[in-house]
Amino acid sequence: MTTAATFEIEYRQYLDPDGHPIGKQLPAIARDLDHLVELYQLMSFTRVFDTKSIALQRTGKLGTYASCLGHEAAHAAIGSAMRPEDVLAPAYREYAAQFYRGVKPRDVLMYWGGDERGNDFSGPRHDFAWSVPIATQCLHAAGSALAFRIRGEQRVAVSVCGDGGSSKADFYAALNCGGAFELPLVLVVVNNQWAISVPRSKQTGAKTLAQKGIAGGLHCLQVDGNDLIACREAMDQALDRARSGGGASVIEMVTYRLHDHTTADDARRYRDDAEVKAAWQREPIGRLRAYLTRLGAWSDAREDTWKAQCEERVNEEVDAYLSTRAQPVEAMFDHLYGDTPLEIAQQRALAVAREVKHG
Amino acid sequence: MAEITLIEGVTQALAWEMRNDPSVVVLGEDVGVNGGVFRATVGLQEQFGPWRVIDTPLCETSIAGLTVGMACQGLKPVAEAQFEGFIYPMLEHLMCHAVRMRNRTRGRLTCPLVVRAPWGGGIRAPEHHSEANEALFANVPGLRIVIPSSPARAYGLLLAAIRDPDPVIFFEPKRIYRQYKEEVSDDGEALPLDVCFVLRDGRDVTLVSWGATIKETLEAADALEAEGISAEVIDVATIKPLDFDTIHESVAKTGRCVIVHEAPKNVGVGAEIAARLAEQAMYDLLAPVERVTGYDTHIPLFRLEMKYLPPVGRIVEAAKRTLAA
Ligand SMILES: Cc1ncc(C[n+]2csc(CCOP(=O)(O)OP(=O)(O)O)c2C)c(N)n1
Repeated sequence: MTTAATFEIEYRQYLDPDGHPIGKQLPAIARDLDHLVELYQLMSFTRVFDTKSIALQRTGKLGTYASCLGHEAAHAAIGSAMRPEDVLAPAYREYAAQFYRGVKPRDVLMYWGGDERGNDFSGPRHDFAWSVPIATQCLHAAGSALAFRIRGEQRVAVSVCGDGGSSKADFYAALNCGGAFELPLVLVVVNNQWAISVPRSKQTGAKTLAQKGIAGGLHCLQVDGNDLIACREAMDQALDRARSGGGASVIEMVTYRLHDHTTADDARRYRDDAEVKAAWQREPIGRLRAYLTRLGAWSDAREDTWKAQCEERVNEEVDAYLSTRAQPVEAMFDHLYGDTPLEIAQQRALAVAREVKHG
Repeated sequence: MAEITLIEGVTQALAWEMRNDPSVVVLGEDVGVNGGVFRATVGLQEQFGPWRVIDTPLCETSIAGLTVGMACQGLKPVAEAQFEGFIYPMLEHLMCHAVRMRNRTRGRLTCPLVVRAPWGGGIRAPEHHSEANEALFANVPGLRIVIPSSPARAYGLLLAAIRDPDPVIFFEPKRIYRQYKEEVSDDGEALPLDVCFVLRDGRDVTLVSWGATIKETLEAADALEAEGISAEVIDVATIKPLDFDTIHESVAKTGRCVIVHEAPKNVGVGAEIAARLAEQAMYDLLAPVERVTGYDTHIPLFRLEMKYLPPVGRIVEAAKRTLAA
């Protein structure tokens, strides 16, 4: 017998769930304690924001909201590894990545609060807005990467989708283009084990989601998505490779969705409590805190001060959001076309007149 | 007879038909264990097992393509698109294959399938969850588009859709999924497709609508009644093929017509009805036909969506304009 091809998928993890290093060789990022503290703070800030957002939804001050609880390491690694000139094509819960890139919490709140202005966010103006139609953003990242290649720019496009998203035709098409054009592209699959009620085991027969990239000729890696150091190193390497003409990558970050799918979902209908409890033992924030505390880079006292600061900052953002007045009725006609066609201008005038008359 | 909501009408119709026809299979994202994100398929997987109520991988292309394959091989698949905004990846399979299969194989292969999707706005849903895109489908030859507007019509029309030998898009107006209950007997009795339902008799003006805006249209008829104006209300129900005769008959009587839909105005289904009135009912009309619709914009995120959906007042005003003309 001759073998046409064989493959392996590497799995990477540097910290165990208690924050103890695994093995001797830690990557350089593990010793950059100041930066790790910065990322720890980003992760824990994001969690305070997330908790607050869920509470806002529960009290009717926000629409449906997609929580990022448990995904903080994956998202922080994605955002912090990228350069401002790179482009991010997110799904709808990668807040930590976006916060690092300059998107404001009030922008996120505005979006889930049902106001288009949330999409006109702070941060890199070339980044894509949230993508609700699953995995479509993977191809937008591929297209961005193609643009960078055509123009000879040293920029990288990064997209993020879920385990469910990795079943979609768009995901396969994106990785195929990534390989065919040797694009500066990083496709991150944040595998949180669930696509609403469908578990990872029912999403695909493949052993890993990373290996889907093999078919497209991409570099493929699976990492512990609750281990910031592993996620960050994987991102650094994939971005370097893409920037230096080495082609596209798929990184599967294995994590767990600790909240309901969105606030419109009730995960108790399809998911065991025991599974969620077990997942809390592996969550990313406590793990990184333990590592940093052991090295003397973080302490309980700093934790308390930081938490209080987070609360204060989040409250400021919430106030800014809540005090934003709704757009006037004509806003729905604005930005529809670059040059407003007559027909639209007429409808706009009609809508304004109706508003004046009826309110 | 039990009192049920519109969404319960959907569930009951599915259950009835699955019990009575072993070839009926339900598939889609989250339809099994979770019973659908709106709970339309709740309890079905327990009753019929995982091979008749199938949780698919997250991919609408898969769902549509599998559905075409299953239908051609003798099953009657009822697929769920989780929201109408996610139906677009299905279009290729529906438009290039499902609707042409019978015609291009001269009847050798057929596609008796149903795609169900929660449709329309008004529930404060996120982006891409609130579109009313029936006009897009109404242009496709070989397709049936059905939109129920009450629990009884949801039950009876869904049974008819599943029994229909051709592809049917069944749009469910989610704004009224749970709005009220109505007595519906779970007797497997289908309602006819391809006919409009006259919900209220009137003399002075014909109000034509479908889906969730039937609610505002009936309220407008009440308001007009209070002012001594008698409005006939027609629920189109099957958008394509259109039962124009029933609309024509009514307009021949009233001489006036107001068409109400929440989809954008331009090339909306209202335009088709208005055009046919111009073609065939010109001399019956005593006033120009009016359309009360959504604007030609994207339905805004929910903070403004109620400004987009046509309110009762606009229907009443339009009806009065036709009377003043
Ligand atoms: C094309 C499309 N189909 C269906 C949906 C409805 N939907 C929203 S999120 C979701 C599950 C997504 O799961 P996954 O890709 O694993 O990402 P996660 O939300 O778990 O991060 C579904 C089915 C959608 N948004 N887009």
